[in-house]
Amino acid sequence: MSASLHGSSERAAFLRRRQRNERWAEWGLGAAASLAVLITLGILLTLIIESLPFFQAVGLWDFLFDPEWTPLFERAHFGIMPLLSATLLTGFIAMSVAIPLGVVTAVWLSEFAAARTREWAKPALELLSSIPTVVFGYFALLFVTPALQKLVPELPTFNLLAPGLVIGLMIIPYVSSLSEDALRAVPMNLREAAFSLGSGRLRTALWVVLPAAVSGVTASAVLALSRALGETMVVAIAAGQQAQLVFDPREGAATLTSYIAQVAMGDVPRHSVAYQSLFAVGLSLFLLTLVFNVAGHWVRNRFREAH
Amino acid sequence: MRGGLHAIWMSCFLAGCGTPPPSEVVRVDGSSTAYPLMEAVAEEYMRTQSGNVRVTVGVSGTGGGFKKFCRGDIDIAAASRPIAKEEAARCAAAGVAYVTLPVAYDAITVVVHPKNTWAEELSVAQLRRLWQPEAQGALLRWNQLDPAFPDRPIHLYGAGADSGTFDYFTEAVVGRPRSSRGDYTASEDDNLLVTGVAGDVGALGFFGFAYYEENAHRLKAVRIRQDADAAAVSPSRESVMQGRYRPLSRQLLLYVNTQHAQARPQIANWVHFALKQAQPLIDEVRNIPLEAAAYEHAFRRFDAAIAALGATEVVAAQPTAKLGTVDVR
Repeated sequence: MSASLHGSSERAAFLRRRQRNERWAEWGLGAAASLAVLITLGILLTLIIESLPFFQAVGLWDFLFDPEWTPLFERAHFGIMPLLSATLLTGFIAMSVAIPLGVVTAVWLSEFAAARTREWAKPALELLSSIPTVVFGYFALLFVTPALQKLVPELPTFNLLAPGLVIGLMIIPYVSSLSEDALRAVPMNLREAAFSLGSGRLRTALWVVLPAAVSGVTASAVLALSRALGETMVVAIAAGQQAQLVFDPREGAATLTSYIAQVAMGDVPRHSVAYQSLFAVGLSLFLLTLVFNVAGHWVRNRFREAH
Repeated sequence: MRGGLHAIWMSCFLAGCGTPPPSEVVRVDGSSTAYPLMEAVAEEYMRTQSGNVRVTVGVSGTGGGFKKFCRGDIDIAAASRPIAKEEAARCAAAGVAYVTLPVAYDAITVVVHPKNTWAEELSVAQLRRLWQPEAQGALLRWNQLDPAFPDRPIHLYGAGADSGTFDYFTEAVVGRPRSSRGDYTASEDDNLLVTGVAGDVGALGFFGFAYYEENAHRLKAVRIRQDADAAAVSPSRESVMQGRYRPLSRQLLLYVNTQHAQARPQIANWVHFALKQAQPLIDEVRNIPLEAAAYEHAFRRFDAAIAALGATEVVAAQPTAKLGTVDVR
């Protein structure tokens, strides 16, 4: 009797200890998880607070609709459209390279390549994203642009086409790697059903597996797009630094990121509007990526297929 | 921009970020136009001193250099224009005394692509119409500058707002310093501007003469006509030294912190070396030398400034200097 009583109190102590430990672990994990969220919120808050004086000085209307951006000069204009147009145009060019090539690569890796080929091909492809972006920048300026100048007559040294294409190459691994994971996660019985109905491998891959994995492919595209829009070094080196409203990829222009890089490196005095403009541009970039992420999330949920 | 970053890295690497550098370091910063010359002088000097002295040369631009100079962060500011009133006031407020020494001439060179066959020469009035703030977003095609020029977009490349070349060019061409259109590729990195103009048939840019000569095979210098009845003059050693290349020729200047120079003989040594060796090194980096007498004059002026400072310092600061030595050691 006394022994069992003793045993039960020991057991209770053990349970209490376990509960306490688990609470600590839970708390620790929660803290680690919320750290990322808190840092993001902190950055957002800094951007908002620091750009408030900018918007008091410039006004939201001018910021959004003035077609010129010349904050460092006598006729200072603070229209975000030129920077935004260059950023979106570069992103568009990059995505029109990365999505087709990335998805085709993913389909090949997942549906056609032999297991052994895939084992070296996938890491080899991912190696592409370990090349420093400054190398891609000079690759665009010193190799891609001269090559393009043979095809496009009178293409200026600084243009958006070359950096756009190079960023597209650079982010292929983001698309291909994540898409391949998504394609491989499609249950085998879907493929078997398609085969048994007489589809070939290509038809199965394109009409059964790819549609079933579309939410994962979208997620990879959104990630790649965020990466493309936030890319700094390649455009800072190869796109020139003139802020202008562009619709023609043959023109050079400054993007949101290359403007930040250019001004942050110079000697702009603190508390000047030019300095505060850095934060307004940063905030715009943040919101832009956020919009695309939310849109990507929506698309993903809309087309999600439960297997 | 890349040059600036490089300079930051270099100065961090050589002098150590945050910690006060040891006294055998001579710190030079400022104009990107003067950078090749400063770098050459620094290298030669370090060779003669067999590694006992380090000379760091930054490329913050003339304006950026003066900011550091008037905080006492650097010993010598290299400038491609004279110090501005506000900058001099800032130096005075911080108690930084200095002496100004000319080291070379420069010709701000207006360049176009070699395939540009129409703009062989431009008048200062045309340059003013092209670069004045009113041209921003308005004068965008070559034929707007001159109806005889082709109807094609004009792409502009020029010195960034932190550079002395920008200050000098705007004052000489537009009439007021720092008054310029803003819709052009602006950079403190002259190599970036060279690359830009060399690959763009519709381009026009301006930067220091040395960068043009270095790249003369892929650029074309425009002859400048000072006014309607003047002859068009191309930038060259001769035209600058004869005073014919106007209004875009100027002197490159060294601003030496005299207190630093007096306290640390290495700085005075370096300045002497720079003034003596300037001539051969200037040829090497393709700047334009001053007349020989100008160097001698600068040499004497520098020594006189140091001597004068020494005299007043000794008289005025003797008691406190003694206290200071007791406290410190």
